[in-house]
Amino acid sequence: MGRRILLENDHVPGIETIDVYRKHGGYRSVEKALKKMSPEQVVEEVQKSGLRGRGGAGFPTGMKWSFLAKPEGVPRYLLCNADESEPGTFKDRYLMEKIPHLLIEGMIVSSYALGANQSYIYIRGEYMWILDILEKAIAEAKAAGFLGKNILGSGYDLELGVAPGGGAYICGEETALIESLEGKRGNPRMKPPFPAVKGLWGCPTVVNNVESIAAVVPIVNDGGEEYAKIGIGKSTGTKLISASGNLVRPGVYEIDMGISVEEFIYGDDYCRGIAYNKKMKACVPGGSSVPILPAHLVTKTAAGEDRLMTYESLADGGFASGSMLGSGGFIVFDEDQCIVRNTWNFARFYAHESCGQCSPCREGTGWMEKVLYRLEHGTGNLHDIDLLAEINKKIEGNTICPLGDAAAWPVAAAIRHFREEFEWHVTNREEAQRKNYGLLKESVA
Amino acid sequence: MGSSHVDLSKRHTEKPSFSPEKLAEVQALMNSYPEGKHKSALIRILHIAEEEFGGWLSIETMDYVAELMNIQPIEVYEVATFYTMFNLDPVGKYVFEVCRTGPCMLVGSDQIIDYIGEKLNIKVGETSSDGMFTLKTAECLGACGYAPMLQCGKKFHEHLTKERVDEVIASYREGKVPN
Ligand SMILES: Cc1cc2nc3c(=O)[nH]c(=O)nc-3n(C[C@H](O)[C@H](O)[C@H](O)COP(=O)(O)O)c2cc1C
Ligand code: SF4
Ligand code: FES
Repeated sequence: MGRRILLENDHVPGIETIDVYRKHGGYRSVEKALKKMSPEQVVEEVQKSGLRGRGGAGFPTGMKWSFLAKPEGVPRYLLCNADESEPGTFKDRYLMEKIPHLLIEGMIVSSYALGANQSYIYIRGEYMWILDILEKAIAEAKAAGFLGKNILGSGYDLELGVAPGGGAYICGEETALIESLEGKRGNPRMKPPFPAVKGLWGCPTVVNNVESIAAVVPIVNDGGEEYAKIGIGKSTGTKLISASGNLVRPGVYEIDMGISVEEFIYGDDYCRGIAYNKKMKACVPGGSSVPILPAHLVTKTAAGEDRLMTYESLADGGFASGSMLGSGGFIVFDEDQCIVRNTWNFARFYAHESCGQCSPCREGTGWMEKVLYRLEHGTGNLHDIDLLAEINKKIEGNTICPLGDAAAWPVAAAIRHFREEFEWHVTNREEAQRKNYGLLKESVA
Repeated sequence: MGSSHVDLSKRHTEKPSFSPEKLAEVQALMNSYPEGKHKSALIRILHIAEEEFGGWLSIETMDYVAELMNIQPIEVYEVATFYTMFNLDPVGKYVFEVCRTGPCMLVGSDQIIDYIGEKLNIKVGETSSDGMFTLKTAECLGACGYAPMLQCGKKFHEHLTKERVDEVIASYREGKVPN
């Protein structure tokens, strides 16, 4: 197993309590930041670390923090995005369930860096038992003097609250999250203004993923430069990967950025290969919103180089032959899986989760679902495959938030790499209802 | 989302009302937000109201929440109809939400949904005749690596097999939350 920074102590009994957590070095970063560093110095360390947002977009966290507007006399807010609803992603849950104090500690130093005196963790409604875990941890932290007024005698005040959602994927989008936290429907806002200028209750706001905030703890403890030594190029540090699908050992893994995809899928320390000795057919490496890759492009790039677990390597080849690291939701398909069925399944997900504000997304996701349903259930025709591409083009780039793109890209990628399989569903309707296309294309490639 | 609408034919016969302890909890939630921003507590209060008043949100429950929070009823309806976790129709004592999204489907969630339906003799969306179980499907619940799975209340039941489903149902029938 590689180095573990975030999950180092996940198996220590009692680590969810503040006493055990502190015995293992917990809350050192709060002591260090509040007593020895200015907020600007904390921001500087995060910039030096090269940390990129772990929620999906990979935007540099330090840079995001530097954009926060600081008008005199106006409160600022840090919101932790624990909505975690991207299919294939369950790493934030693991972290919060096992080591809740790591997130609380990260929230305290990050809030200090941003000058926020009130911060919130917005958690998906289905994680209600984790909300209980977090509130217990917050109460412990407060009793120990790490929250509340004049923390550790530094003069800095911070209150931390937790708010649940109600089962809407779209509330993971940062402006929808803000709307939801204001007690409203989760309709994304037009940008600009960006949350850094006008966010929660019209005040400057930063929204960060659970894992991004947790990573600030080792960055403050050991310094940004130390953190940046892990990884390759602009993919620094460790990354939590949620591995699911047809693997011998699915689960949450903390990897050093830059290990090979081959090692991650087949290595003894990680997923140990495809279950039941089957072959891999495809992989979605970054949550349902990123392009699917056929087996021959999963472990190697189109140029024949080893594919690595980094933002850059997974994107190598662009949309033609690459994908994205996204949220780190690594979904693996074995040879018996049907690509058309899965594409329809994901399209149904996006049609279900569209907030309905913009017509290209509302109507387009619904149409894609219907057309894919036809293809999967043996009533489609060849023109339908091109129709999907048409609908795709009408959605892409024409919507308020990126959900529209997130719905369109996976469909385009599935057709790009598995067109024969879609056609086979039309030309062999009855057979397609009984059996799968399997690895026909892969064996030719 | 949101094809759900408020059906005025379904009502609670009595006006809902929180116990003094719940009322204090709800007040504390509202007070935890800055002055004038207590509407932020709405979603959480709706979760509590649902739990307290039979597992679903009737018009009466929503109106009661609006009154407590001093906001317009429409502000409650529009939120309750947007978030799919809220049940706007009466449900059984235990609601099974089985995840049907890709990663779960890859390891057999379709078969688990069918099996539960057969076993309880209901279709997705229906409640068993004894009023014990409602079967629903849900989208990715963050348990993809431990699939197939279902959620019941605050509890996730993971690594489901037919045998495991039998155990879970038997346990709920006895009024016990399965491990
Ligand atoms: C439709 C949609 C869903 C999203 N869901 C999540 C989510 O569940 N969790 C998350 O952290 N970010 C999610 N994001 C990204 C957030 O908008 C935002 O970029 C992120 O929380 C920023 O945090 P980071 O910079 O630390 O990654 C989503 C974005 C979109 C467009
Ligand atoms: S793109 Fe879709 S989800 Fe995003 S705002 Fe428009 S309708 Fe809503
Ligand atoms: S796909 Fe079922 S829990 Fe994620």
